[in-house]
Amino acid sequence: MRFYPKNFKLFLTILSVGFFIFSFAGCSSQNSCQLKPSVNVWHWMTDRQPAFEELAKRYEQDFGVKVNFELYAPSDAYSQKVRAAAQGTNLPDIFGILGEKRDFGSFIKAGHILDLTAYMDAEQGKWRNSLFEKALAVNEFPEGNIYGVKSGVYGVPIDIMTIQMVYNKDLFRQLGLDPQNPPQTFEEFLSIGKKIKGSNLQGLVSGWGEVWMIDCFANNYAFNIMGKDKVLATIKGDSPYTDPDWIRVLGLFKQMQGGGILANGLVTMVNKTAEQLFANGKAVFAFNGSWCVNVYKGMNPKLDYGVMMPPKASDKFPMAIWGGAGSSFIVNARSKNKEEAVKFLQWLTEKDQQTYLSQTTNNLPANKECLVQIPQILSEFAKNMEFATHPNIWGVSEFPAVIETLDKGIQSIIIGEKTPEQVASEVQKIKDRELAKNKKK
Amino acid sequence: MNLKSTLENYSFVLPAVIIFSIFYIIPFIWVFQLGLFDWDGILPTKAFVGLNNFKEIIFQDKSWWQAMTNAGWVTLIALTFQNALAFLLALACDREIKMKNFYRVIFFIPPVLSEIVVGMAWRFIINDVDGANIINRMLVNIGLPQLVHSWLNDPKTALTTVALVHSWKGFGWGFLILLAGLQTIPRELYEAARVDGASAWNSFKSITIPLMIPVITLVAILTILGTMQAFVLIIGLVGGEFAGHTSMPVLRILASMRYSSRFGYACAQGITFGVVLVVISFIQYRISQKAKQA
Repeated sequence: MRFYPKNFKLFLTILSVGFFIFSFAGCSSQNSCQLKPSVNVWHWMTDRQPAFEELAKRYEQDFGVKVNFELYAPSDAYSQKVRAAAQGTNLPDIFGILGEKRDFGSFIKAGHILDLTAYMDAEQGKWRNSLFEKALAVNEFPEGNIYGVKSGVYGVPIDIMTIQMVYNKDLFRQLGLDPQNPPQTFEEFLSIGKKIKGSNLQGLVSGWGEVWMIDCFANNYAFNIMGKDKVLATIKGDSPYTDPDWIRVLGLFKQMQGGGILANGLVTMVNKTAEQLFANGKAVFAFNGSWCVNVYKGMNPKLDYGVMMPPKASDKFPMAIWGGAGSSFIVNARSKNKEEAVKFLQWLTEKDQQTYLSQTTNNLPANKECLVQIPQILSEFAKNMEFATHPNIWGVSEFPAVIETLDKGIQSIIIGEKTPEQVASEVQKIKDRELAKNKKK
Repeated sequence: MNLKSTLENYSFVLPAVIIFSIFYIIPFIWVFQLGLFDWDGILPTKAFVGLNNFKEIIFQDKSWWQAMTNAGWVTLIALTFQNALAFLLALACDREIKMKNFYRVIFFIPPVLSEIVVGMAWRFIINDVDGANIINRMLVNIGLPQLVHSWLNDPKTALTTVALVHSWKGFGWGFLILLAGLQTIPRELYEAARVDGASAWNSFKSITIPLMIPVITLVAILTILGTMQAFVLIIGLVGGEFAGHTSMPVLRILASMRYSSRFGYACAQGITFGVVLVVISFIQYRISQKAKQA
């Protein structure tokens, strides 16, 4: 009994020969691919993918090195992917870390990240000097840092950012306010709340459903009310959260809620929703990062808005804003292509490429020389850079459990569930618990 | 039975045992093992802490128990409202009604939709500031303006609103399984009962319910497992934990892993949660077995 066609043997022979031919052809093309180096980059920046691809094309034309930008979004999924890849030691040549400095330190200690200090300092520090100091600081570990990481620069900022407040100029006019003079003090800010209450508008919108932005806002005012030293003393455990200055910081949220300056449902609002509300002219103020320029442009190109520092609540200390490196890339220390990867990052942070990135994606460039060529609204974000700070450069880190309790506590104050004193006491309890735990360790 | 046939029998189940071990048992053991360490998920070194992570979860972590309580409330609503709705609709579609196939398809649409899409769509329907405020407008139109409320932004109503949306999303699964169960009941039983003079209620009570107990148990267990693990819908609806009012166990596990970088602790939370689910499912199973025997 025959189970196969008459010419089955012939078919098998042709198939085998074909297989070998294609295998060899494949090998040969692979060899040629291997001769042509390539660099793989993982990132999460959806809005920058087309610009990255264009730059990759230019780099390949000029240097013959193929750069593959692989986008993994949203950022949560990206973070998980990077962690999983780190555990399996199959990270790409270039990637970014979304997380706190502690996580960055762990990646370095686990041997995943290349020390870029030598490259930065070569040719009298040419690369280092081209970049904004504050942007580089986020990627830097100083001597004797608390993370136990060897001092050095471990990342390259590709842009910078500041988180400030923006206000809608048209709505300002509608409310009878001067769009050239946004509120400078907290009292002036609160007084606008009364006008907003009487209109069909929302006050301040922000992604306070995702708690880190609340943390940022609270920290700005903590710096303004008690100064950097006392904030850092609190983190170190030398000053309690029940201190009157902290209660005053927490009390600002109660005042804002009572004054009608906060949008309804702010505590369940994600930043994307807040951006939509502001871009559509439904909210007077927004607390957002400089990345919003690109977002607002996409949502409403005609939006007329200005940038302002959060109105100060005290004259004792300067107002601080979070800022520094927006997004940074790091090089995989285990990569076979690490030299190529470093060369690409050097090229990416040069003036021409930075200008292109800044103009196409509306983000502040990391290269100092490009600042003169940026749009007006971006330069407004840049001008307060001197007040920028970031937890990643403080040299001390608050316990995550404390941050979480503080942020959730502020949410509770906004919804009228708890008083600032109650929240301060709860935060201090957690702080004491974590300090005790740390002491035991 | 000789040794050869015993081995032969075992060889038939061996592939299933291997797959089950690789994908369920071994990962479970690994996760438990990681739960015994203080580890950030990145460093190659881990500090052994024994059962400390479990102790912390059980005796100190108030937010964990708040999340468990929230999950319990959402599950209760799912078990009652969602499954009652599913059962009623399954009963309706089991009868000879017009367009019953159309209804079957319609009722099964919510479960196949993405949770994040459902969450965001319902946020748009419910919310007043960034949504269309449809629910409140409807309440005004039907003459109930006193019920107008900020459903998702009030801590008193947020969790129940989440639970109701979750029920809307989930009732289709129960509907499908219950309908399949109803269709296995021999029609002769109902005919015989009718001949004997049984009312519709008596038929339902004495035929439908007893014969449906295994199916109802299955639906209940699936509802518990599915609801307790809900979290994507919550992110879509309220953006996260809303000062703890809408926190759920999986959100806590994610928070431990992502924001606190406590990978070992997150693993311990996962194991604790898994054990709780197994215990609940087992209790549910035992109760249904007793009900069946009775």
